Amino acid sequence: MTNDASGVDHRPLGLLAELTHRCPLSCPYCSNPTRYGPVAEELSGDEWRRVFEEAGELGVLHVLLSGGEPLLRADLADLVMSARRAGLYTNLITSGLGLTPRRAEGLREAGLDSVQISLQADEQGTADRIAGMPAHAAKLRAARLVRELGLPLTINVVIHRHNIDRVESIIQLAESLGAHRLELANVQFYGWAFRNRDGLLPTVAQIDRAESIAAEAGTRLKGRMTILYVRPDYFGDRPKACMSGWSRRYLTVDPVGDVLPCPTAREIPGLRFDNVRHRSLDRIWAESDAFNRFRGTGWMPEPCQSCDRREVDFGGCRCQAALLTGDASATDPACSLSPHRDLLERAVRSAGPDAQPLVYREGPGRTGAARGGRDARTC
Amino acid sequence: MSPADDPPPPHPSSRPLLAVGVRIQSDRHGGGMVLLYPEGVLRLNQTGADILSLCDGRRSIDEILAVLAETYDAQAQDFARDVIEFLNLLHARQFIRFTPGGLS
Repeated sequence: MTNDASGVDHRPLGLLAELTHRCPLSCPYCSNPTRYGPVAEELSGDEWRRVFEEAGELGVLHVLLSGGEPLLRADLADLVMSARRAGLYTNLITSGLGLTPRRAEGLREAGLDSVQISLQADEQGTADRIAGMPAHAAKLRAARLVRELGLPLTINVVIHRHNIDRVESIIQLAESLGAHRLELANVQFYGWAFRNRDGLLPTVAQIDRAESIAAEAGTRLKGRMTILYVRPDYFGDRPKACMSGWSRRYLTVDPVGDVLPCPTAREIPGLRFDNVRHRSLDRIWAESDAFNRFRGTGWMPEPCQSCDRREVDFGGCRCQAALLTGDASATDPACSLSPHRDLLERAVRSAGPDAQPLVYREGPGRTGAARGGRDARTC
Repeated sequence: MSPADDPPPPHPSSRPLLAVGVRIQSDRHGGGMVLLYPEGVLRLNQTGADILSLCDGRRSIDEILAVLAETYDAQAQDFARDVIEFLNLLHARQFIRFTPGGLS
């Protein structure tokens, strides 16, 4: 055993606070779980305040106020203030829907440090089709509002087969909005996105082209706008260092207070999660079954166990291993050394130009009854 | 990286300032100072923290060098290059911006 013996050698640096799973959008790649807890049981403002205080004491420096759509929490400005008082850097991760000038001003006054707005594409038709509702215009207004208030703006666009050929125009749009940073986030296949994998996977040629456009723009815009583009693990040789290692740097608290080592950890059958209503965050970080299951390197099978990269990529992603192989402690099939690598290569090979119908996210908080999220639609 | 890609040195009268969304605070868990920005954390050593605490948008680079010379009891020309290199590095990562000097 290396890190495992004493329990915890690392402090967490980042807290993902999923304030609600309610959301007006129904993106077919949503990273939220495909099942939701009851809305009535969402943590109260007082409970979140305690979570932020305990996180600060544990060493956390950053909080991502996310969801679902966090603006659906009427007490969001109070939550920002609580997080700032706990010494945390506050990032709002939002669709932008519901960000009125008045709310934006209130959030800034509460001490909000930074805003990330998601866009689905560069133009309204594609964007609204992916979001499952007319949202694009409101998102652009929200982005401009963030810049007018002088807050740093990150634009995040989940990239998949239906918008990857528009990367050049997406970069231009982010630039024109005055974004400080653009995340071209290749879709990762968990939850809803895994259900829609055949309809979302780009081809190798699409990935290569987007990569070179992003690299060229990154050089051109250096010092003005940072562009993040990471080659997705389905198209690489080595797995991503998921979460910088299980239970090493990050923790997630979901809307009802369950504490997860990563936001998609529910993909792993049999993990038990503790809840902030019953235990303190430092005890959960150190003692929770879910956190200790894959902490360190002791759990690793071969070829990870004797690999000189075992503390570089930490065996890749546990959720992906569980989803693809049925065994959460297997080597991530994204690694070319994995005996299950073929599972992933077959999926990439079969990605073609034919549009597959997408299943749109259903969940709490969607408005507009006409949107028919139950239907499989062609994007 | 070709020499043409190197950033031009900031003018000695320009006044560095932390960019929007960047904060410096003490790290109550690990000790020392950290620079916080939208995507992460940069741990600062004492010298780095000293330099950044002077980047208030009012002091010019020349004035910052003079304060550091006094603090460390050293000649500014002996460390000016290192300080400017550090500032350029932070500028390339959008942690600071340079406001033109000459105005007040």
